[in-house]
Amino acid sequence: MSTTKNPTQFAFLSRILHWLMAALLVAMLFIGVAMVSSLGNYHRLLTIHRPLGILILILAAIRLATRMLTRLPAFPPSMPQSERVVATASERLLYTLFFALPLVGWAMLSAGHYPIVMFGAVHLPPILPARPGLYAALRATHTVLAYLLFITFLAHAFAVLFHTLVLRDGLLNRMVPWSVRTAEGEDRN
Amino acid sequence: MNIGGLKHIFRPLVAPLRNPGALGRLVAIGALLAVTTGLFLYAGGWFTPGALTPAAIIGTFERVNGVHPGFRRNHAKGVCVTGYFESNGAGQSLSKALIFLPGRVPIVGRFALAGGLPYASDTPQTVRSLAVLFKLPDGEEWRTAMINIPVFTVNTPQAFADFLLASAPDPATGKDNPTARNAFLAKHPETAAALRVIRSHPFSSGFADSPYYALNAFRFLNAKGESTPVRWWMAPDQTSQTAPSAARNYLFDALIAQVHATPLHWRLILTVGQPGDPTADATLPWPPDRKQIDAGILTIDSIESEDTSPARDINFDPLVLPDGIAPSDDPLLSARSAAYSQSFTRREGEHKDPSAISTEKVGK
Repeated sequence: MSTTKNPTQFAFLSRILHWLMAALLVAMLFIGVAMVSSLGNYHRLLTIHRPLGILILILAAIRLATRMLTRLPAFPPSMPQSERVVATASERLLYTLFFALPLVGWAMLSAGHYPIVMFGAVHLPPILPARPGLYAALRATHTVLAYLLFITFLAHAFAVLFHTLVLRDGLLNRMVPWSVRTAEGEDRN
Repeated sequence: MNIGGLKHIFRPLVAPLRNPGALGRLVAIGALLAVTTGLFLYAGGWFTPGALTPAAIIGTFERVNGVHPGFRRNHAKGVCVTGYFESNGAGQSLSKALIFLPGRVPIVGRFALAGGLPYASDTPQTVRSLAVLFKLPDGEEWRTAMINIPVFTVNTPQAFADFLLASAPDPATGKDNPTARNAFLAKHPETAAALRVIRSHPFSSGFADSPYYALNAFRFLNAKGESTPVRWWMAPDQTSQTAPSAARNYLFDALIAQVHATPLHWRLILTVGQPGDPTADATLPWPPDRKQIDAGILTIDSIESEDTSPARDINFDPLVLPDGIAPSDDPLLSARSAAYSQSFTRREGEHKDPSAISTEKVGK
């Protein structure tokens, strides 16, 4: 088998970014959904939402670059081909959303004639001209993508937990921050 | 359909569940994700449909006024203006915001009448508003929406929604509903007191000779890191009278003629709060002896119909603030920001009908 050539885990930077982004994205989803239904906390949450979204965009770019420049661990033998296809597609969807959500948010504020305030006097330039219909369409898109991200996150978490706790194939070991040696000793030199 | 193929996929998924404890762990995973989903939906207000949300506030406006697609849900009838603000530097002692450095910045603004009816007739008693967007040299913005009463009528978002409904005409008869209004005032002495203050400041004759008050308190932060509670208002320079008239748009017609005749000026006055002055209650005036700083002159020298002006599609959100001005603890500020955003999002996705103050009327 060719798996001995592949690492057993994602690159260290990828693993760190995975858990950092997971925490930020879950926080972001909760902030977003709470913000739009709140009067009293709206401004406080929005003040966090904007710079956090841009931080996620930056981290997503670093993570994608790391993924492209490092070798990925193989799927465990317990995963049939059909499941590998689904897993790969869901990873692509997640990466797409990591980029799409902040970019749609940024574009939406641009089209809505808003200043894109980060913190203090620091703000970003608009990436689209101010256009009312465009703002409305992007605003709706932002919501749809956010719910899609939440659902994809649930599916991803379910799949990994099912593998790790029910199938017990050690799938999660590929992503844990600490170093893991497999039973077969693939990591041994 | 290839049933055999499906079996091939599902058998390896089902088989591990026969292992001891596997089903229990699967149930635990399901429970964890169900709780996560529940918390997410709870945060989004799905389990509290009666809560006062931005959508509920704007829904109340739509219930009272009907839906007028494309228009602001409040202050629906308006006209856009442009001009500039010339700072004299006096505001720098309170705030490091670039707007207060001596010099001139461009502004866009909007005069409007309170209420959600875009084709309502002008009346002398309708509350008038002036919204201004200051464009700072570094790309920051300061947006403020002011009205011509010296204190606000309510001090919480819930009271705002309740007062809106209590002041609305009876849906059955279409007539004023003094019973509902009086019941509200009996429960809200702060509103009754605010209305007495408001009545002691009779409205001016028109838009041009009117003061406009920002009402909510803000915190001004200066270069030394000091924070000062501030309320601001615009004091008119002109005393030009607007003759009362039965014409539908007499207030706007007069404003258009006045701007065409000569630029209009207001002084930006910063009222400096002292420790103990109420910042979280917009119904309470500050003591009249509070220091007033004249920070500069707002000049309005051009007027344009909403039909062509980009200001139609600007949300004059009172919490679009430059570095150096921050919200106070007034609960109305975040609520205003949230409700304005909801109104903006709704109207920007709608077909736009022409404004009552047409391009032809404005003569531009």
